[in-house]
Amino acid sequence: MENEDQQQSSRPFWSGALTFGLVSIPVNLYPANRSSRVSLRMIGPSGAPVSRRYYSPETGKELEAEDLARGYEWEDGRYILVSDEELERVAPEKSRTIDLRRFVRTDAIPPLFFERSYFLAPGEASARAYRLLASSMEETGRAGVATFVMRGKEYLVAIFAENGILRAEALRFREEIRSPQDVGLPEPEAPDARKTAKFEKAIAANWSPRLKREAMRDRKAERTLQLIERKRKKREDVVHNAAETTPSKVVDLLSVLKKSLAEAGDKPKGNRRATPKKQRKPTRARAR
Amino acid sequence: MARAIWKGEVTFDGVRLPVKLYSGVEDRTIRFHLLDKHTLTRVKQRLVDSETGEEVPSDQVRKGYEVESGTFVLLDDEELNRLEPEASRAIEIEQFLKAGTIKHQWYDRPYYLGPDGGAAEYFALAEAMERRRSEAVARWVMRKREYLGALRSENGYLMLMTLRRAEEVLSARELPAPAGRPPDAKERAIASQLVAALEDEFRPEDYRDEYRERVMKLIEAKAHGEKPRLKVVRARPKAGSLRAMLEASLKAAKSRQEVAAA
Repeated sequence: MENEDQQQSSRPFWSGALTFGLVSIPVNLYPANRSSRVSLRMIGPSGAPVSRRYYSPETGKELEAEDLARGYEWEDGRYILVSDEELERVAPEKSRTIDLRRFVRTDAIPPLFFERSYFLAPGEASARAYRLLASSMEETGRAGVATFVMRGKEYLVAIFAENGILRAEALRFREEIRSPQDVGLPEPEAPDARKTAKFEKAIAANWSPRLKREAMRDRKAERTLQLIERKRKKREDVVHNAAETTPSKVVDLLSVLKKSLAEAGDKPKGNRRATPKKQRKPTRARAR
Repeated sequence: MARAIWKGEVTFDGVRLPVKLYSGVEDRTIRFHLLDKHTLTRVKQRLVDSETGEEVPSDQVRKGYEVESGTFVLLDDEELNRLEPEASRAIEIEQFLKAGTIKHQWYDRPYYLGPDGGAAEYFALAEAMERRRSEAVARWVMRKREYLGALRSENGYLMLMTLRRAEEVLSARELPAPAGRPPDAKERAIASQLVAALEDEFRPEDYRDEYRERVMKLIEAKAHGEKPRLKVVRARPKAGSLRAMLEASLKAAKSRQEVAAA
């Protein structure tokens, strides 16, 4: 899946502002999805965890973050370097603001468009404006639609309000979506009435009044955890590594969000900033 | 015509409907590579022991699950392979629900289903689901991986959206409302009017990934040895009181509407 492990960090994935008319609302964006797959680490023959390092196959040297650059392969083996600064300056406004100029009915967006969810937490001194926007969107049953640039990629987003919380649903662009004709599906035939009736009966027989969360479980993860538990009890293949000092990389996204929502006040902290904070982290290269 | 990526059978209650699966989307992200700044060549990754810093060949690496801090239970590939579900062609329908029950946050990737062989049954199921205003939860195993999905009927065709799992989706209901003083009634009234004034249809054709085009232009210019001209970051507009800004915004939105209506 595309970009599954976007981040497991307590820092916002993006910081900027929502603009609603002339009102600018500083916000911090966090992913609303976390990876559930039982997180397994790689362990070497010594029993210590193994980590991945970048190196140059030319020189054999190990590379640190400052030795790395992002390049686009223009011709075979010829790369054009593109810096974070250039990527931001290609569209500076869009890199900082989500400009809500259009509101649509929340059910007006076809399911094919939805790609990924993020939560927006109010940034510095913006709690009141944030709550105001959320309540008016909930009252009117509308979602705001806009495009913005995050980490070197443009996103089409629909901002939804639910329980006073703003959520950004990243949508696909029209040009990324195939139609049944693009795929080459046959023209729909007039459905056979007898067959349709038979299917309708089968649908009714398998009807469920509400979604059972049970049905959404990750069974593979459960089987993996059961195996781990059996082996742990039997003390089979258990290694201790007291010297292991690298802190666990898994961050509880829920507690990060709760904290950022609770901290959001109306009063600016320290110096008042008229501008939203710049993206703190450099755009990450999407290399693979 | 797109190539089918998999063949399966929608299965429930004695029904077996052979279908082909096609991707519903195309990825158009610009692909960058990570380079060594000094040599301008692609970098590679290797595995090193976190304590000794020595390289570890990949066939000597086992997977470990940290049961408590510093204690790992190790699993080898054979054990992990045995956890994979058995290969099958069945797309098992677990339950039918009112269409729209499965929220957007669950959606991962959309696929079209097309008939594999006779189309009569296929279009009859699409029609039956449409008439019952229903969607369904489905499970299937494709290329050794277990998938969870939503079967839907869209404009006469069947679609299968892969879904995230319960543990992967954070719900807004688990979160507290933001702290601070709630907005007053007058502010809320103006804000709702402003939302109404900006109301429109969802028109996906109005949005293009312009940024992608601009980045490609930048790359092209640099490839031809040109110095790209980039925009200077512009200053932010001034701030006023929330109420005053809302009122001014509403006025501006309304006058735009009048111009459009005239």
